[in-house]
Amino acid sequence: MARPLINVPQKATRGQVIEIKTLISHIMETGFRHDNVGQRIPRNIITTFVARYNGEEIFRADLFPAIAANPFLTFSTVATESGTIDFEWTGDNGFHETGSAKITVE
Amino acid sequence: MHNDTKGATRRDMLLAGVAGLGAALIKIEPAAATPDSMKQAIHQIVGEAPVRKGKVTIDVPTLVENGNTVALAISVDSPMTKDDYVKTIHVFNEKNPLPNVISAHLGPRAGRAKISTRFRLADTQTIVAVAELSDGSFWSASADVIVTLAACLESLD
Repeated sequence: MARPLINVPQKATRGQVIEIKTLISHIMETGFRHDNVGQRIPRNIITTFVARYNGEEIFRADLFPAIAANPFLTFSTVATESGTIDFEWTGDNGFHETGSAKITVE
Repeated sequence: MHNDTKGATRRDMLLAGVAGLGAALIKIEPAAATPDSMKQAIHQIVGEAPVRKGKVTIDVPTLVENGNTVALAISVDSPMTKDDYVKTIHVFNEKNPLPNVISAHLGPRAGRAKISTRFRLADTQTIVAVAELSDGSFWSASADVIVTLAACLESLD
């Protein structure tokens, strides 16, 4: 359901700063809204996002209800070596989603 | 109808009572984040350390039509070397139900201190970004945003 979209350049030169874009499908229910019978809708958000480059953490973000639905995040990293960049989203109600992208560094 | 000179009927009184009860209940709801609660949230992160203006750039539209998704980019002027880099970028708001927006943790491997995301705005307000550098200093910037359609207030179908 929540298949993430990940944009990492396939190739980069060593030492180059690359931009990474991620987008994941999620309602990001704030917990401050009420339904049509006045009942508070419980919070359901993604709380943490982590990116790891060949296992080493390169970026982490704590998300709050103020983040819009379908969280979009961009950040950058230095292309050091060929390998995999792994992404992990965790949130309320046991939400857990992962994704990865391969990069070739020359 | 309420100006009826025949005076309030029992039904009117009941309705007024219910409305009053409703108002009383609404008062118990957590208040929206205020400039004070934003200051508190910032204080929780920086403690007693001084927060200087500068180095941080907020890129956000000044006039927002729909507060449900607002593009936001924060960049910090830093060489991003092993000895001098941005550790964390925090974003706060004044008038959403909660003062926090995002806390992004970077490191020297980021190469460039720039993040972007999309967030919600419940009202016309000021956004503050605080960056913590590797030397422990804090730098901030603020931006005013005018919102015409607020987030969080729409009713659900």
